[in-house]
Parts: sequence; C-alpha cells; structure tokens
Amino acid sequence: MNVLPVLSTLATETTGDAAGGTGFPLLTGLVVLPVIGALLVAIAPRGRGELARLIGLLTTVSVGAIGLYLLTQFDAADAGFQFTTQHIWIEQLGISWHLGVDGISLFLVILTGLLFPLVMVGVTPHHDPKPYTAWLLLLEAGCMGVFLSLDLFLFFVAFEIVLVPMYFLIGGWGYSERVYAALKFFLFTMAGSALMLVGILTLVFLHQKATGVLTFDLVTLADSQSVAEGTARWLFLAFALAFAVKVPIFPLHTWLPDAHTQAPTGASVILAGVMLKLGTYGLLRFGLYLFPEAASHFAPLLVTLGVIGIIYGAVVAAMQRDLKRLVAYSSVAHLGFIVLGTFAFTTQGLEGGILQMVNHGISTGALFLLVGMIYERRHTREISELHGLQKAAPVLAVVFTVVMFSSIGLPGLNGFVGEFLILIGSFLTRRWWAIAAASGVILAALYLLWAYQRVFHGEPEGENATMPDLTWREGFVLAPLLVAIVGLGVYPKPMLERIEPAVERLISHVEDNSDFDRPAAESTRPTGASVSERTLHERMGGNGR
Amino acid sequence: MIAGMFAQLGVPTDAPFAVPEVAWSALTPLLILIVGALALLVVTALVPRTLPVGFFTVTTVAVAAGAAVASLGSWDRVTDPDRGPYMAVAGAITLDGFSVLVTALLAITVVLVALLADGYLRREGLGAAEFSVLVLLSASGGVMMALANDLIVMFLGLEVLSIALYVLAGFQGDRRESQESAMKYFLLGAFASAFLLYGIALVYGATGSTNLGEIAGFLARDVPSEQGLLLGGMAMLIVGFGFKIGVVPFQSWVPDVYQGAPTPVTAFMASGVKVAGFAALLRVIVSALSVQAQDWRPVMWVLAMLTLVVGPAMAIVQTDVKRMLAYSSISHAGFILIGVQAASDRGTAGALFYLFAYSFMALGAFGVVSLVARQGDVGVDLDRFRGLSKRRPGLALVFAVFLLGQTGVPLTSGFMAKFSVIGAAVASESYALAMVAMLTSVVGAFAYLRVIVAMYLGDDEEMAEEGTRRVQIPAAAGLALGLALAVTVTLGVLPSTVLDAARDAVPARLSPSR
Repeated sequence: MNVLPVLSTLATETTGDAAGGTGFPLLTGLVVLPVIGALLVAIAPRGRGELARLIGLLTTVSVGAIGLYLLTQFDAADAGFQFTTQHIWIEQLGISWHLGVDGISLFLVILTGLLFPLVMVGVTPHHDPKPYTAWLLLLEAGCMGVFLSLDLFLFFVAFEIVLVPMYFLIGGWGYSERVYAALKFFLFTMAGSALMLVGILTLVFLHQKATGVLTFDLVTLADSQSVAEGTARWLFLAFALAFAVKVPIFPLHTWLPDAHTQAPTGASVILAGVMLKLGTYGLLRFGLYLFPEAASHFAPLLVTLGVIGIIYGAVVAAMQRDLKRLVAYSSVAHLGFIVLGTFAFTTQGLEGGILQMVNHGISTGALFLLVGMIYERRHTREISELHGLQKAAPVLAVVFTVVMFSSIGLPGLNGFVGEFLILIGSFLTRRWWAIAAASGVILAALYLLWAYQRVFHGEPEGENATMPDLTWREGFVLAPLLVAIVGLGVYPKPMLERIEPAVERLISHVEDNSDFDRPAAESTRPTGASVSERTLHERMGGNGR
Repeated sequence: MIAGMFAQLGVPTDAPFAVPEVAWSALTPLLILIVGALALLVVTALVPRTLPVGFFTVTTVAVAAGAAVASLGSWDRVTDPDRGPYMAVAGAITLDGFSVLVTALLAITVVLVALLADGYLRREGLGAAEFSVLVLLSASGGVMMALANDLIVMFLGLEVLSIALYVLAGFQGDRRESQESAMKYFLLGAFASAFLLYGIALVYGATGSTNLGEIAGFLARDVPSEQGLLLGGMAMLIVGFGFKIGVVPFQSWVPDVYQGAPTPVTAFMASGVKVAGFAALLRVIVSALSVQAQDWRPVMWVLAMLTLVVGPAMAIVQTDVKRMLAYSSISHAGFILIGVQAASDRGTAGALFYLFAYSFMALGAFGVVSLVARQGDVGVDLDRFRGLSKRRPGLALVFAVFLLGQTGVPLTSGFMAKFSVIGAAVASESYALAMVAMLTSVVGAFAYLRVIVAMYLGDDEEMAEEGTRRVQIPAAAGLALGLALAVTVTLGVLPSTVLDAARDAVPARLSPSR
C-alpha cells in the first residue's frame, strides 16, 4: 500500500490495526491526500483547466479507493474504533491528531469517497476550473476530517474549515443570488458553531478540574463522564445548536433552500450528500457519546423538532415552483427522519438513521445531479416551464423515476430500508411521533410524484421537445448511484451488520450513563454475534409486523 | 538603618545584578534601537545629498532585526529555572520572558513596517530618513514599556512611543486627513497621559512606591490605609491604558486616527503600539496589582464586553476598508481584554499569543490596503477591491487569508488566538464573556466577508471595471506580506512553539527591596 512515500513517513507511531500490517496510515491519507491534490492543482499552470480536473479526479478516485479498501479490511465484529492513528499535535493543550473509524462513520467515509469523484466527472464548472477543483478537494479533506477525528479540537477545526471552500464554491460558481446565499450559509453555520467552541473548552477544563488531565481526546472525555448533570445539559445544548444548524433541524433550516438552490450542481450534491451529514453525524458521535444523559433528557425536544421538520419540509416542498428548491426542502424532511431515528435510542432507530444518512446522500445527490442536467439543457428549473420531458429524454426520465422512488422510500430500494427501520425504532420508544412521521412518507410520495407528473408527463412543446437525452458520460456518473440504490435496497445486510456493533455500544453507553432504558421488546433480543446473523427480513418480521 | 534608607530611595543594597556590564547587556535591544535611530539622524544630517529610500529601509530593517535577535538571545537566560528573570538599573527594569518576547515582537513589527513603508514612501514622495528615525524611536519607547519595572519608566516609554507617533500620524502633511489624525491622536493621547500620570501619583500615594515589584510586595503584605487612593489610582491607570489600546469607551480616536495616518503607520499602530500598550496593561494591572484582581476584574469584564459588541457592530457598516480594519482592531482589542480579565497566567499567555498573532495579521491587512490605495493614500473604498482576484490573484489570496484569519477560521493564527483567550476565559469561568465574544465574532465575520465578496465574487462587468490600472507590488512590501502570511498560517497549523513561549513569558514580579 505504500504508494505515497510522503505519507508513509507520517506512520511513525501508528497504533491499532493498521491495515495489511504495513503501517500505512490509511485514515491520515484520506484527509491529507485531498489537501496534497489541492496544492498540486494550485501550482498547476494557469489556463490548463483540464490538467487541474485530471489531478482532481485522480485524487478523489484514490481517496474513494482507500475508502473501499477500508470496507474490505473492516472488522465487522469490532464495535470500537479501527485503523486508529494518533500523533501529538499541540502538546501543551493535550491536542492530538487522532483518527479512527467505526461502524457509524465507516459508510459516511465511503459515501464521501464515492460522491466526490462522481462530482468531479459529472459536473463541469462554467469557468475557472482550477480554483473550483482546488476548493472541492479541500472540501473533501474537511469532510473526511469531521467523520474521522477522535479529538475535539481536530473535529472543530475540520467542522469549521469546510465553510471556507463551500462559501467560495457557492459564491463563485453559483446562480444569480449566489453571493447572498453564500454569506447566509457562512454566517448561519458559523453562528451555530460559535457556542460549540465554548462548549468544547468548558468540557475540557471541567474534565481537567475533575481528573487533572488536560485533553481534547473524544474517547477519554466520553468515558470519564466527569461533568455534573446540569452542566452537561448546557454543554449538550451548545453542541446540539451547532449540529442543528448544520443538519438543519427546523426552525434553523432557513439557510438551506437558498444555499442549495444557488449553489452550482457540484456543490449542491456535496452539500446535500455529505455536508448535511456532518450535523447528524455530530449529534450521534458527539451529542450522544459525550453527553448521554443530556441527550436522553432533550430527546423529546429533538424528536419533536425532527417530526415537525418531516412534515414542514414535505409541505413546503410540495408548494415549490423551482425543481431544485423542491429537492432542497425534501432534504429538510429526510433529515427530520434521521433526527427522529437518532433520538429514538433503539438499535433499529439508530441503524436506520445511519443508513438513511447514506441513502439520503445517494438519492438526493443523484436528484441534484439530475436537476443540474435538466438545467444545463433547458436553462430553467421552473417546474411550470418544463413539460413532457419523458418523450424527449426517456432514459433520463427512467433514471429520475428510480431515484425519486428511492427518495420516497419504495420497497426494494434503499430509502425504504432506512425509513422503515427508523419508524420501527421510534415506534418502540416514541409511538405517537412515529405515527406522525409516517405521514411524511406519504407526503414525500405526494410532492415528488406530483412534480414528476408536471415535469415529465404530457406532450412536450418547443424546447422541451428537443431536449437531448442523457449522454454516456452522464449515464456513467449516475450508474454507481443507481447500483447503490438498488443494491442497498435489496441486500442491506452487509452494511447493517457492520453498523450494528457500534450502535449497540453507543446505546449501552447511553443506558449506562442515564436513566434511559431500552424498551423491553428491544432488550430481550439476542445480542452479540448472533445479531448480525439475522437477516433484515427476520428483524422486520419480528418487530414490525 | 542606612540600608533601610537606601531601600527607601530605591537603591538596591544587596542586588548582585546591579553591576554595570549586566545592566548594559540587559539594555542591549533598547540601545540598538536608540543608537540606530540617532546614527541614522546624524548620517542624514552629514551627508550632503539625499540618500535613497532603500538605504533607510535596509538600515531600519537591520537595526530592528538586530534588536529582535539581541532580545531573543537572552530568552534562554531568563527562562532558565536556575537563573531566572532579573532586574537591572536599580530595579527600574525587569528582564523576564515577558519583556524578551514583547521586545522581540515589537522589533519584528518594525522590520515589517519598514519593508511596507519602502514602496509607500517612494510612491508618496515622503522623507524616508525622518520616517525611519521616528519609527525606531517610537519602537524604543515601546521596548522601554515592556522592560519597565517602575511606573515612571513605563510612563517615559509611553511618552517616547507616543510623541514619535504623533509626528508619524501627521507625516503626510499635505493631506488634511493626516493632519486631523495627528491632531486628534495628540490631543487624546495627551489626555490619556494625564490620566496615567495622575493614576501613578495616586498609586504611589497608596503604596509608597512606583516600583512594580515594591507595589506588589506591599499589597501582598499590607492593606493600604487609603484604599480609595489605590482604587482611584487603578481606575486612572486603566483609563490611561484604555485610551492607548483603544478599548470602548476610550476608542473614539481610533477610526479617525487609523484612517488618516499614512497606512504603514496605521499598520504599526495596530501591531507594535497595541503590543506595547497591552504589555504595560498586563505588567501593571494583571501582574503587579494581581492582589486587587477582585477590584479590577469586573471593570475589565465590562470593558471587554463593550469592546466586543461595539467594535464589530461598527465595522460592518463601514464602506472604507481602512476604516473597517480600524474598527476591527477595536474588536480584537476586546478579545485580548478577555485574556486580561481572566486574571490568570493562562489569560496572560493567551493575550500574548493573541497579540503575536494579530500583529502579523494587522500588518498584513494594512499592508495590502497601502498597496491597493491610489497615490495620496486615498481610494481604499470597498469598490477599489472589486475584482482584485482577477487583476492580482496573489495579492487577493493573501488578503483573503488575513481577513479569514481575523474572522477566526481554523488553520490560521487568528483561530488559535481566539482559542487561547476563550480557553482562558472558560478556565476562569467567564462563560458569558466567552459566549458573547464568539457570537460577536460572527458579526465581525460579515465585515471581513464583504471584502472577500468584493475581491472574489463580483459580477464579471464589475470585475472588469476597475481593471484599468494594475496594483503595483514592490519587492520589499511583497517580502513583508510573505512573512506575515507565513506567520499567520504557521501559527494556525503548528502553534506549539509560540504557545509554549507565551506560557513561559508570564511577567515576573521582582522587587528590588528583597
């Protein structure tokens, strides 16, 4: 694996199971490789846009390949962090470069690794390809950093740094209202995370007061639980606010429609596919893990907001005239599901939430790609101006249909598995919320099918009639997403069995440190190795029907 | 009995370090600056024809760099636990990690200011000789403040620093704003000096000494019979220093003076002068008067809160970039005050790190402004920056880094600086202040982002409009910006060295009588 000698020098004190026994720090590579790529792009000669894009593609493909390699080497039975690497960064403050991956973050890393090369190939920037590519690569490094970091300082750095490339991508390559949207995005997100920094520092210093150790290490802080209950609740709120803006949870979502609509297609895909997950992932990894008691205390609030988001997002999406804005609002609804599943504190709910994070990345990413392709052809996203595209572009229509059904949650496609697990999981602990959320599934079918009907059905006229169909290149970009949509829908077991141990561990952590107890139906189920043996069908049959 | 009389007169009776050669070595950085300035003055007067600007730039850089090296040379000596900090000149100055670090920082800012001024002085046709001499003298005053272990010495340093600056502010005499700047700075500066002097007198009345070590020792042993005298003195000192460092409500001079002064001078005000002012504040209030912390902490808390709110709020409505940066420097002073009000070693270290980081960002940002301005130092309106990324991508990128750094984006020194002072505030349980600081920094971000929008995100027509004249980047200024950029990025990624230095540079409290 020693492809890059530069990186292997970083492997000096790698601990844990470095893959293949070569000591190559895979996770460091995931973060550093895009940065190196971005630097290469930056020094590439001006006017050689193709060269920049080639470097970008090669970098993202190799990052994606490392991600897939992780999947093959990942030990499904291990609930802890794997491939960990730790180096001292700022000794005085107990800050280290500490990376690791577990079942919760593994698939988000792979999703990130998959979406970036697709965006590189699938979307050509209208101008200045060089800075565009460099910003995308830096964005990838930041996203990877968030999913992999096990140090609160490192995490905050990565969480904040992603704002800069995204700000420039929206502002530099977006549509007419791009400057406003970019500013709004930056300021909203920065305001959200402002208090998280205070929260992180408070946690660290209180931990130092209690134990005498000054450290930003996530695992140490989470295991010691040294903060008093009341304080922990305040700290949880500081963290949750940052994540709630990023997710976004109703009513903090107002930046999202603007940012998504004005962003260039590539940035929209990454924004919806990866960056919204930084929030939901943060709630899981930092909210639940660091402050289990507070998370269970505030769960009713978050679950309620999640359900409001599901219904509100769906209703508002149905009323949109702009196709891209419709997809953007559908994200609010989908992420409401993820929040619901997360704060249900059941195995199914959490698993479904994680699965749905990946599903949403795939299906909404694909939807944004498709809307972008329609816009490239027709230079409009107004639903009223599009009509009868099915006749003119049958292949595009078919792909759109499959992706749309995945987003709605049609059985056999990936969206169904995630939403169903979330609904089962939340039904066990929060029955009425689950019932309300179920209506969101119906609403999703309503607004998406209605939009499809208006855009694709009927007899096309004028420019709609002459719209070209998908090109081979576009088909090639969409194909992996379609494979994932069907594959995860039919056979999600390999994914679920890798997620499950980490989720079980997290729920036990919450149970041990709060007065939350799993519902009886849940705790009587077999645990351990036998859990992963069961198929999805059995699980659904056992609990849902 | 006789020894007691000597002690009262401030003459050390048993201080082994009062031997002349040690005293001289302690004063080396200060002497290098003063002798360098005077030598330049003499050379200019004796040489019949006008010397080229480059000569003065090279000399100033050499003198200031020499002072920095000389200062850092004693770092190992003063931070060595066996030998430790020491006093010189009859206990009037202290050599500790604090004075060494502050002196070096001041000298480095002079290096960068001289490099920035090189092209500026050529463009504006101003006298390089006077400029160099005044900057060096002003810096020597700052160094005196950093070294001072006595309120009188500190006051002398402050006056040397300020008087040279009054002249520098009005250096562009044919421009009205520059004259206004000098006048305003002088009048308010004189007020501040008066406050300070009165404060010194009251503190002397309360404690019986102007020596900081003596004052600290007295307060640690006894309660002053005239508590009101001490409190009044402290209040006056805070007002005096507050004017110098430009915190709300003593900030009213900052925008006009910063905007009117020649831009390299503004850069020096925002970096070196702030460093000297805060050094004095840290040494007098935080260190020497630490016993009285419960009295001055609430005052600092209020000042910090006001500064943090007012600075960014005013910055976002400015359309002149130079004026916006002036307001932003007010808000940064608020952040540094967070470290001050923490009243802890962590707070002092945080404030020092912040000063270190901000000095380079401010120098860099004002440096870019001085390059982008039209001849006559005018036209630094936001519109002037429109499309800069197309005309001068390198310059725009560098400016963007300084602006993002001041916003507090991670991997820049600005983030580590905020992190340090917020950490100190949290460790001292000033949670409300920490939260307000973080939230107002979001407001401030808007001001910085507006400039970035202008540089990068304008429409193509707008971009082309200003493209008639290319911005010139002289080599010396380019070097200065490069150095500032390197520091800003390095401190953001690998801050350990400077963090450790700041931690080891907490002021020592030495008293000549013991």
